Amino acid sequence: MAAIVRDRLSWYEASARQRLDALLDPGSFTEALGPAERRMSPHLPLFDLPRAFDDGIVVGTGTLDGRTVYVAAQEGRFMGGAFGEVHGGKLVGLLRAALDRKPAAVLLLLDTGGVRLQEANAGETAIAETMRAITDARAAGVPVVGLIGGRAGCFGGGGLIAGTCSRLAVSEGGRISVSGPEVIETNKGAEEFDSKDRALVWRTMGGKHRRLIGAADAFCEDNVAAFRAAALTLIAQAPAFDLDTLEAEQARLRRRIAEFGDCRDAADIWARLGVNDPEAVPAMDTRAFDETVARVKEATHDAR
Amino acid sequence: MTLAEILASLFPEGHTVAVKDGLVAGDGPFEGGRLRVIGVDGDTPLGIEGALDLAGHVLDAVRAGDKAPILVAVDSDSQRMSRRDELLGLNECLAHLAKALLLADRHGHPTVGLLYGHSAAGAFIATALATRVLAALPGANPSVMDLPSVARVTKLPLEKLQEMAKSTPVFAPGLDNMLAAGAVHAVLDPGKPLGPQIRDLIASLPERDGRDRLGRERGGRPVAEEIAKAVAGQVRAG
Repeated sequence: MAAIVRDRLSWYEASARQRLDALLDPGSFTEALGPAERRMSPHLPLFDLPRAFDDGIVVGTGTLDGRTVYVAAQEGRFMGGAFGEVHGGKLVGLLRAALDRKPAAVLLLLDTGGVRLQEANAGETAIAETMRAITDARAAGVPVVGLIGGRAGCFGGGGLIAGTCSRLAVSEGGRISVSGPEVIETNKGAEEFDSKDRALVWRTMGGKHRRLIGAADAFCEDNVAAFRAAALTLIAQAPAFDLDTLEAEQARLRRRIAEFGDCRDAADIWARLGVNDPEAVPAMDTRAFDETVARVKEATHDAR
Repeated sequence: MTLAEILASLFPEGHTVAVKDGLVAGDGPFEGGRLRVIGVDGDTPLGIEGALDLAGHVLDAVRAGDKAPILVAVDSDSQRMSRRDELLGLNECLAHLAKALLLADRHGHPTVGLLYGHSAAGAFIATALATRVLAALPGANPSVMDLPSVARVTKLPLEKLQEMAKSTPVFAPGLDNMLAAGAVHAVLDPGKPLGPQIRDLIASLPERDGRDRLGRERGGRPVAEEIAKAVAGQVRAG
């Protein structure tokens, strides 16, 4: 019974700790620098903001189907999962340990609005350190797999980290972009991007669009069992981090812009990808969507 | 310094570096070999095409296999903010550029950033912050977000933020604060030829990513290094 409850837990609704607890083999998770150590942000009190004992990220080790994995889970409900100094340092430390301990994989449960503005310089630098550490781990043969389906989505520097991973799994709620809807609207106006148009947000940045254009490698139903299955599949299919992979990615992204660069809306791209009824995509259930993806050759590749 | 002044100082014998649509690419003679230059000029926002153009130059360099140093000269805006860029995967394109620079580094190309103007947010991460060592010239103005925007998001009065910025380097824009965070390694002297200064940076490239150590030493990022070490230590012991 407990296993069924864990499997059906909504990824979107769950906390970072619940996601990890249900994702990993039962009882296998060991946290590093856990909340008992009270390593909180030294900066938030200046802004009269509440702190969290874990600074909004849970890191540590566990097993997935019996194999050791390193894991980091951002808590989107604390400061939007944003990167501050302690938060970023925890992720960087985990990845650096992965480089020499070589676990079967590193799983990044990304749930972030990007840089925490109250600690902007520390957050921005930590994102750069994270990307370097991810490529170091990948080059050493450790797959780094991103799992994205939380409330905060994956924005700003989080989007760049997602683009650095070996593989990505997303759910419908897993929005991935650099500039968020509100940022584009604030800077360029509602004519450029109406952030209140939720359907537009999901079409442009949501998991289905990202999966169809090959920006993500697996599409998951919003539950832990689906993300666990996707993680196991993707760990086994991690592309090498080398010149061939990046040249293939260069060609893939160039081809995307050449073929779809004049499209105004995601539905236009889906139509050109050969999706029979693009207007039906947002309402498709996972099975119908997976069948649609299987017919789109751009969706599946090793070029990242 | 302007880009033209920088290039004249670096390459007194001439060079092929050109700027098109705000994107910088080319090379010139350097220390008996070549120095490749890519970058962004004129406070230009970095979008999907620009990121791929720059990444293409970097991958060409790796393919050439000459291990020539790569200078990433940056005076950019933030990432280009548009519906089209995000629709077509700006996160992938910017990450791709950063990965290309990190791959070049792994293949033995010293990668040196040179910040001579503005840069911000995703454009900063994809270019200057993806190099092994990042230098700046006086007057450079990196930021994550300008203070008026920070005021809007944090709902704090701008005057209060300006006051806090004087004593708290961790959030305020500007070169001094990025230096304190360890993101920028060194500030060059525009009164002296740049070539020898870049040569010296390449001769003493940090062996590992030491930005968190710099941040602690300079006080702009007091705990990041210690946190990373503590986590790595506990995980390795576990």
